[in-house]
Amino acid sequence: MLLKKHHIVEKNVFFLILGIFLTIIIGGIVEIVPLFTMEQTIEKVEGVRPYSPLEQAGRNIYLREGCYNCHSQQIRPFRDEVERYGHYSLAAESMYDHPFQWGSKRTGPDLARVGGKYSNAWHVAHLIDPRAVVPESIMPGYPFLAERKLNFDDAQAHLETLKMVGVPYTDEMIEAAKADLYLQASEDAAYDDDFLARYPNAATGDFDGNPAELTEMDALVAYLQVLGRMVDFTTYNPQMNLR
Amino acid sequence: MSTKVEKDQVSGTDTTGHEWDGIKELNTPLPSWWVYVFWITVIWSVGYWVVYPSWPTANDYLKGMFGTTNRTELHETMASVAAERAPYMERLAALDVSEIANDSELLNFSMAGGKAVFADNCAPCHGTGGSGNPGFPSLQDDAWLWGGTLDAINQTLHVGVRWDANEDTRFNDMPAFGRDELLERDQIEDVVQYVLSFTDRATDAAAADRGAVVFEENCASCHGDDAKGIQDLGAPNLTDAIWLYGGSKETITETVMNSRRGVMPAWEGRLDEETIKMLTVYVHSLGGGQ
Repeated sequence: MLLKKHHIVEKNVFFLILGIFLTIIIGGIVEIVPLFTMEQTIEKVEGVRPYSPLEQAGRNIYLREGCYNCHSQQIRPFRDEVERYGHYSLAAESMYDHPFQWGSKRTGPDLARVGGKYSNAWHVAHLIDPRAVVPESIMPGYPFLAERKLNFDDAQAHLETLKMVGVPYTDEMIEAAKADLYLQASEDAAYDDDFLARYPNAATGDFDGNPAELTEMDALVAYLQVLGRMVDFTTYNPQMNLR
Repeated sequence: MSTKVEKDQVSGTDTTGHEWDGIKELNTPLPSWWVYVFWITVIWSVGYWVVYPSWPTANDYLKGMFGTTNRTELHETMASVAAERAPYMERLAALDVSEIANDSELLNFSMAGGKAVFADNCAPCHGTGGSGNPGFPSLQDDAWLWGGTLDAINQTLHVGVRWDANEDTRFNDMPAFGRDELLERDQIEDVVQYVLSFTDRATDAAAADRGAVVFEENCASCHGDDAKGIQDLGAPNLTDAIWLYGGSKETITETVMNSRRGVMPAWEGRLDEETIKMLTVYVHSLGGGQ
């Protein structure tokens, strides 16, 4: 019987490697390939755009500080989550995330729709000392973000790299990357039609209460304020994407 | 390596036939009941493939006998929740916020619902129970920037404060008298002394007198001639002991120098009309409602 023959694979490295390859290939074909071939993997919705350079810088800080260890960005389609956080997350909403921030381990609340929920001043006060505004919080403080100047000389390179993995940054966006970085944190951005056309719905203006400097706090708050706000759910029809 | 299966003298069990440097391994297989359960689960999985969504196909997937999906199930759950709440929600939709208190059952529903929504959306800034934080007003006292009536609270919840995305948002713009060089440094010190004098804390009476003139020319148009504030303009009362950003000489000076621009998000669109009404009733009940 075949089951009695497994010692052949166990004793022969070539057959063992061959077996491992076959197993992974089958798993890959079944689990990964359909994500590219199924037309409905990513919903077709209006509004999802690449992150602006400042938001992308904030996202890099979010990853650097390991925010994802406690905060997920995925509202699952369950009543308790939808009633607390809002509409369940769509795959399309994280299609330009590299890497995505899905998860269900929540030491802190889910942040998929935190954008627009609180004021910039609250985010700054909370990031500097969470217990100053939420006494029961166990989140560590990040006061240094407000003091560290944002280092983003490589704004263009970040966008170009993301473009290589499929984020549709245009040449115009990449060209203007560094200027946009500073523009978004100034009062002028709200009146700059070109910027708003490139990055609709971007939160603009000074974020950290210190207009004189562009700090890591500015970038992180700009990122947090756009989360979950790209798709307009007042016009979105969920019946289109039931699965 | 030997592959000779032999019977172990001590336990009476067969060996696996493997031997390493004289060490042999007993062959004690899994209990047969365990093996049967394993094969049953394998057979069960085939049934599962048929009933539930399972294998991907070229550009679709097997949908199962009932076409089950998480999202459909969620919409069904939410529809049944909505149906349960419908008797209340319909009344909430039809009634003006001022009329909710007349219906004690609806009031209870609104208070419970408002409390839950408050805890998630409002408490991070305004504190649990609305006790306030520096820069985020207490909702338990009688001081209201934009009015503490049911209608005023309801309006503020809808449009927010200085929330640019909302066209009707509550808005005022105190000048940064110091930063924008609208007042001289000594004029600012004088007017701060005058403001402190409302609560008998002025340390320089002559400066406070000079400050009264500065106040009349620069501040009274919003804060009122009597400095008691004008709610239509969102200008706070400066004569009471309630201070949003702190009432020390240093903090008041900082406020006059740089102004303050507190922001509250607009909740229309994010929360539905009925929920905003529940929240209005709850916030009004926290202690300061007018």
